Amino acid sequence: MTNLRQAARRVGLAWTPGHTTLVIIAGAALLGLLPFVKMGLVVNGVFLGAIIAVGAIGLTLVYGILNFANIAHGDYMTLGAYVTLFLVGSSQTDTATWAARGIFPALGIESEAGLGPFTFGYPVLVALPVAVAVVAAGAIALDFAVYRRLRDRGVNAVVLAMASLGVAIALRGLAQIIWSGDTQHLPRESKLVYRLPMDVRVAPDAIFVAIAAIVLVTVVYFVLTHTRMGKAMRATADNADLALVSGIDTRRVIWWTWGMGAGLAATAGVMLAVFQAQLLPIMGWRFLIPLFAAVILGGLGNPYGALVGAFVIGVASEVSTQWINPSYKPAVAFAILIVMLLVRPRGIFGSPG
Amino acid sequence: MALLEATGVVAGYGAAEILRGVSVTVEEGEVVTIIGPNGCGKSTLMKTLAGLVRVRAGSVRFEDADISAYPPERIVRAGLCYVPQSNNVFPSMSIRENLEMGGFIRAGGVAERIDEMFSLFPDLGRRPSLKAGSLSGGQRQMLAIARALMLDPALLLLDEPSAGLSPAVMDMVFERIRGINESGVSLLLVEQNAREALGMSDRGYILVSGENRLEDKGQALLDNPEVGRLYLGG
Repeated sequence: MTNLRQAARRVGLAWTPGHTTLVIIAGAALLGLLPFVKMGLVVNGVFLGAIIAVGAIGLTLVYGILNFANIAHGDYMTLGAYVTLFLVGSSQTDTATWAARGIFPALGIESEAGLGPFTFGYPVLVALPVAVAVVAAGAIALDFAVYRRLRDRGVNAVVLAMASLGVAIALRGLAQIIWSGDTQHLPRESKLVYRLPMDVRVAPDAIFVAIAAIVLVTVVYFVLTHTRMGKAMRATADNADLALVSGIDTRRVIWWTWGMGAGLAATAGVMLAVFQAQLLPIMGWRFLIPLFAAVILGGLGNPYGALVGAFVIGVASEVSTQWINPSYKPAVAFAILIVMLLVRPRGIFGSPG
Repeated sequence: MALLEATGVVAGYGAAEILRGVSVTVEEGEVVTIIGPNGCGKSTLMKTLAGLVRVRAGSVRFEDADISAYPPERIVRAGLCYVPQSNNVFPSMSIRENLEMGGFIRAGGVAERIDEMFSLFPDLGRRPSLKAGSLSGGQRQMLAIARALMLDPALLLLDEPSAGLSPAVMDMVFERIRGINESGVSLLLVEQNAREALGMSDRGYILVSGENRLEDKGQALLDNPEVGRLYLGG
């Protein structure tokens, strides 16, 4: 990877996580060429990895700067998906609760309007930025209400993580109260699937999810390396006291971190709702193990590591279903997590000591 | 009117009271060194002046303003910059990015000031894209000082700038520090290498158990036989 990066630099190309993603996808394709691995599962794993990546980068950013594991991160994903549902409405309009009938249909916007080859209509794309804004604002508000108070008392990371567990349960309960615990669906149009060689079937939605992930990851990279606030975020993650005595307003850094982290989580939640074609109040919570596995695999607090970790977890969980029951998929992520903690607790890219 | 005037400062962590009424002044243009045995509160005093540890009693005046209750970023804005003893760079960021962070609140001219730092510390300018974490001890110390100089401070607080450096590198660091003072920056220094530090200081303080023990001209402290025996290792 280092050599590739140097080579890229030599020909005048900036190495970005977008490139890393492409290298990983190429690597996964090679894996799929092995005779005993089904290419279709590898491809699915890459798409799943893309969603994990978007969620995991937010989680690792929050960890790096606030120094605690935000257990509510999965529920921020859930919230993002449900805010989208709230806007575009459920596909079962006759039986839907008030909160799932949709704001757009009430405004006369046809939610089932298809968009090219995708199963979802353009209203989902309109709802996405709203969901990002709502969840980002919610995360900042929760920091004011909960985490800031605890920080001011000087509590340790375990207390903060436990507080976030409470927030997670509360958010899931809230989603259940408002939208009920039943499975819901976003309005879907066509179900066209691309048939590729090697028995690979790809839904256009999955391609959309993967491209969105690459774009987002690249944007996050540019924010972190080329903007004033992004650099201040990295400085705060590196050394919070030194950031303070450099005159960096670390409170604002914390708000931006929550905003970015939760915004990415909301996006991942919408991606997951589209990818799995369903919404459940527990969807984000179930996603937490893969998220943490990806984050720890890449080294806690390292966004680029989380990206690589996400694809490893995504592909490993999907490919595992070739041999074991698909309902054990989360267990595969969990197993990788445990092995990683035993063998290399600082992650693939973590520095020792 | 002194540039910095700390009077009867009390500070500490939790239940532990480390500083029990310390008073220190720095006049415009001076180099002042604080020495004392381990655990006497030298580093805590520096952190307190930089705003990282709260002043519980006493006062800190800087250029006519009472800064005792200021948060760190306001103290920096006032012109008082601090170089911690350890963890004084952003390890995962490049040399240039470290300096950009030092100049974070500069109104403008960050690039020009970075170029000035590179001419002051040519070692840093050679490969500005190197990660700070990969630098040698001496280079890292230079970067830490350069970061704090990015805002043209009136007073620079240096906590053990020679800690962990080889004698040759240490001499170079002290030489640079002297140059910084000659360019008009007042200095408040905490040093383990008391002889060298006092030699270049206008005045010095000896701190023991969080209290002032002795204050005199730098050379006078060096010549004082009791100081030599107790605090300078014979």
